[in-house]
Amino acid sequence: MTATSGSIGRPMGPKPSLRRKSSRGSILADRAATVVLWGTGALVLLILGSIILHFALAAWGVVSPSFILSDPSETTLGGILPVLWNSIYMLVLTMLIAVPVGVLGGIYMSEYAGENVVTSAIRFAEEAISSVPSIVVGLFGLILFVDDAHWGFTALAGALALTFFNLPLMTRLSEQALRAVPQDERSASLALGATKWQTIRHVVVPLAIPGLITGVILTAGRVFGEAAVLLFTAGIGTPPHYNFTNFDLLSPVSPWSPFRPATTLSVYIYKLNSEGLGAFKNQIVDGSAAVLISTVLLFNLGARGIGHILTRRLTAS
Amino acid sequence: MPTTATYPEPVLRSIEVTTSQAGADEFAARTQDIKISTDRVSILYGEKVAVRDVSLTIQERSIMALIGPSGSGKSTFLRCFNRMNDLIPGASVKGEVCLDGENVMETDVSVVELRRRVGMVFQRPNPFPMSIFENVAYGPRRRGQNDRRKLDELVETSLRRAALWHEVKDDLRRKSGLALSGGQQQRLCIARVLATDPEVILMDEPASALDPVSTLRIEELLRELREAYTIVIVTHNMQQAARVSDVTAFFTMAEDRAGYLVEVGPTGRIFTRPNERLTEDYISGRFG
Repeated sequence: MTATSGSIGRPMGPKPSLRRKSSRGSILADRAATVVLWGTGALVLLILGSIILHFALAAWGVVSPSFILSDPSETTLGGILPVLWNSIYMLVLTMLIAVPVGVLGGIYMSEYAGENVVTSAIRFAEEAISSVPSIVVGLFGLILFVDDAHWGFTALAGALALTFFNLPLMTRLSEQALRAVPQDERSASLALGATKWQTIRHVVVPLAIPGLITGVILTAGRVFGEAAVLLFTAGIGTPPHYNFTNFDLLSPVSPWSPFRPATTLSVYIYKLNSEGLGAFKNQIVDGSAAVLISTVLLFNLGARGIGHILTRRLTAS
Repeated sequence: MPTTATYPEPVLRSIEVTTSQAGADEFAARTQDIKISTDRVSILYGEKVAVRDVSLTIQERSIMALIGPSGSGKSTFLRCFNRMNDLIPGASVKGEVCLDGENVMETDVSVVELRRRVGMVFQRPNPFPMSIFENVAYGPRRRGQNDRRKLDELVETSLRRAALWHEVKDDLRRKSGLALSGGQQQRLCIARVLATDPEVILMDEPASALDPVSTLRIEELLRELREAYTIVIVTHNMQQAARVSDVTAFFTMAEDRAGYLVEVGPTGRIFTRPNERLTEDYISGRFG
């Protein structure tokens, strides 16, 4: 290169002003973007806030310890204990199946699978199943578990149908969380003589925990809120009084057993709203909705908390 | 202004070549056995040749510097010593790379075992987001070392060797490796490698992301480590190569952009009386 210093840089001439007019358009665009984006964020918060506020006001005077801890009643306000219990029960049961399978599937997709026909088929299936309407998944569960397998309406049938419905999302989110772990971390571990599995177990998964927790939370939200899948699988009848001291896991009446019908809070709200006749119908629906929202929020916070603890445990044990 | 005046002063003058006759004698006394040898090593990414036909030997307990312009395949070549090229899809290595006379390219060689004997320090300091203690204990733990007292001892020895112990001994378990400064992080990465008790340490521009003071500390450390380890270092910094290495290998690119070895020799000679015109042009700043 033969460039001399004189030919480098801008030519000599009047210095450009810091207040150039030509930049006004871009300043306006910048401000407009700020306002629009800020406004969009505010709108999301507003929607969430007004939903919460609406049900908080509607449920005022309805939700009380006795509402949460009593059985439903046709003649008085009663309570929602069995259906709330079923919601939590279904959540745990579904997560026990969906989280391990989803995370292992994500590990396979992110760490082991190459880009080939099989993985594109899996990705296609993930997307296809995710976009199937949940009522169809419910019908599928009805045919497969309730009728063909002769299980009848059971919590297990509901949980398996929910797993079908949620596994693709769980797998996809796990894969994304694991892929987001920088390659440097894997190289560092492998270069220290760790095996591939040790690297996944001790570096990749711990670093992906926050992302994995997001997957769990999104899936859990869908389990809590899902009604259509459960209508035909876990049943829709008003549950009987539960005897929580009956720990027989095979019993058709024990609240701990997966082999019993399990109407959840969401299904209960749907049922009351569409066919409920009781005098307190509206209050019960509002109260149930408020409890449902609170439970979801509590679960999200709890999951984040557990995520923090897990990350700390796994990265510094 | 005449064209030549725009060139920087020849770098040679500012390089303090430590390998005097006394240095060469010391080097000869320190090392005689061959630790690594490569025989016509070529590395391809798909069809593209990244490194062509490199044959050289590296003596035990010495520092070899690989220098040369960007794209000359130094780092790619470095990564064949611990088979990190295996991780790059489409990369293939031809030829022989021998560690203590054993070809590491053989299919029945355990890369896990190889990487325990041939450690690596990367360009960007990359401690795990774990405590300082856990960073150093990572390698030993993966080999099944869980004895608390042994780990304590190993972590302390490794951090002392990496000249980091005094700066971190008070919050080994509380402080994350990522909370350290860049230079400290790189010394932590060196300690992490030392804890796996390697024989060879590969360093891929270990100081290029560090400030000059941290760089000097790493260089001091390298000079101490060569008493016990065989070190291969890739560097863009010729002063660094001149300051720390016993032997320097100069790489450049051919017409087809494949990297190749131009010449290799005692650092003192390479920097004062190179055999090749290309080497002389590069070290005097006329190229690269």
